[in-house]
Amino acid sequence: ENFPRKERSHPGGSATTFEPARTQDPPRPHPRRPPGRAPKRGACADRRAAALRRRRGHFRDLSAAPSGPRSSARARRSLFASTDQSPRILRSEPVRTAPIPEIALSPNNHEVHIYKKNGSQWVKAHELKEHNGHITGIDWAPKSDRIVTCGADRNAYVWSQKDGVWKPTLVILRINRAATFVKWSPLENKFAVGSGARLISVCYFESENDWWVCKHIKKPIRSTVLSLDWHPNNVLLAAGSCDFKCRIFSAYIKEVEERPAPTPWGSKMPFGELMFESSSSCGWVHGVCFSASGSRVAWVSHDSTMCLADADKKMAVATLASETLPLLALTFITENSLVAAGHDCFPVLFTYDSTTGTLSSGGRLDVPKQSSQRGLTARERFQNLDKKASSEGSMASGSGLDSLHKNSVSQISVLSGGKAECSQFCTTGMDGGMSIWDVKSLESALKDLKIK
Amino acid sequence: MARNTLSSRFRRVDIDEFDENKFVDEQEEAAAAAAEPGPDPGEVDGLLRQGDMLRAFHAALRNSPVNTKNQAVKERAQGVVLKVLTNFKSSEIEQAVQSLDRNGIDLLMKYIYKGFEKPTENSSAVLLQWHEKALAVGGLGSIIRVLTARKTV
Repeated sequence: ENFPRKERSHPGGSATTFEPARTQDPPRPHPRRPPGRAPKRGACADRRAAALRRRRGHFRDLSAAPSGPRSSARARRSLFASTDQSPRILRSEPVRTAPIPEIALSPNNHEVHIYKKNGSQWVKAHELKEHNGHITGIDWAPKSDRIVTCGADRNAYVWSQKDGVWKPTLVILRINRAATFVKWSPLENKFAVGSGARLISVCYFESENDWWVCKHIKKPIRSTVLSLDWHPNNVLLAAGSCDFKCRIFSAYIKEVEERPAPTPWGSKMPFGELMFESSSSCGWVHGVCFSASGSRVAWVSHDSTMCLADADKKMAVATLASETLPLLALTFITENSLVAAGHDCFPVLFTYDSTTGTLSSGGRLDVPKQSSQRGLTARERFQNLDKKASSEGSMASGSGLDSLHKNSVSQISVLSGGKAECSQFCTTGMDGGMSIWDVKSLESALKDLKIK
Repeated sequence: MARNTLSSRFRRVDIDEFDENKFVDEQEEAAAAAAEPGPDPGEVDGLLRQGDMLRAFHAALRNSPVNTKNQAVKERAQGVVLKVLTNFKSSEIEQAVQSLDRNGIDLLMKYIYKGFEKPTENSSAVLLQWHEKALAVGGLGSIIRVLTARKTV
């Protein structure tokens, strides 16, 4: 059995089709003008989470294609299916810098778009074009106001703002495969880039030569690195990769920082030292996250499991096998609670009980509004039989999913409150939508939700 | 073909075998030599004859050959499990499925899908009934785990 390295690029025409959840066609946005307020969906009206619906990318007008009447759902579906600039946000980085919230996102192409909030509208402020390949990772350092981007062109750029213009600085990563993920360290003096070259490049700024230098962590990574997260001590780095393991490395760079104090993960931390490696009963590890204190690391993998390793318990690993499709992203929202989302398109709460050492699922956070079941016409019944092999009606007309996101959620980020007491988090998905969830309103709305 | 020797034999070489960066799966051959893995057919047959379906079911799912690479052992285990599954009455399937824990459901799903691979006359219908009940308990996650598991049953 040969497990090929997982490619992160999303070819155009891939099977991630989705149907827009609205009954009338949306106004097609002019590529230059920022998209206006998207028409409200009926089911959206009383959502507790504020949803910012954005359609990015360019729509290819297939209504002229001879493939059938425009108003049919089938044509609508093909409108979004085969364009390679389809509106998926693969990576986004929301930053709440007072006074104006800003977001950097990449609409699945070579550019980064920065949007500023103007009142209640998001307005595109900048376009950062320097990459030659798809952008696979963006991270915005809030304190030093720098953005680092990495892409399929094996490069990373650090962008800093000067007089309102973002200027890139190339970082030589010395990798011969695409970069897949990038993350600033907590003190923002270094960043780590995961790549398909089965190594992690840890980059820091060398002031005497005035450029970014990188060091590689190679052993014992055996396949593409899919995600990274830094420990709060700025030294330890968790990496999830396609060789079915989650590992914690030391990324201690003596040029930019002092020797770190001992942690529950170990006390000797030379650069590249492997502090922890999970046992291989996983699938590809899609997302890793350290808790706010750094003594716990959790990861989600492609075999629909979530695992958590607790350094305070001698790195005992608690596993939860879920009945859902695989999760893709996760984050801690308190020391004991996590939120994760993935191919099921809705975020789920998980709780870790440290006394028993078990993970449990706290329930779905995206409770769909119960729509009234109206009678089905005979035509709709046959259409459903055709499409879904069942003659029952779907929940919302025209869409197959009752969740807020209509396609997989690829990223979850904490917006405010930090990982210790998160009050807002944001999910971005392959449907091109970005939603901001408010923890307090979720707690009050979903009565059985217990966030410890 | 090669110019000097006019031979195309080099095209038969599997170049991936010689790639030094090839991913070599380290799987521990867990004490497979010690105890013969796979359910004991004699024990299971005995329980079936007695009519104790539930215990036969649990016995068949015990000691699964996930850790070995020996295909013969796996075939034998599959045969035993299939025999138990076909001998169940449809009404009792649900109860048997409920008696399994999470790992048991995953293992049952693996056997079911393995059974789908080589359908015999009646096996698919029976397996589909089991699949429906196991899916209700295990959800899509159990199927994902069948697809992504590197240790197959």
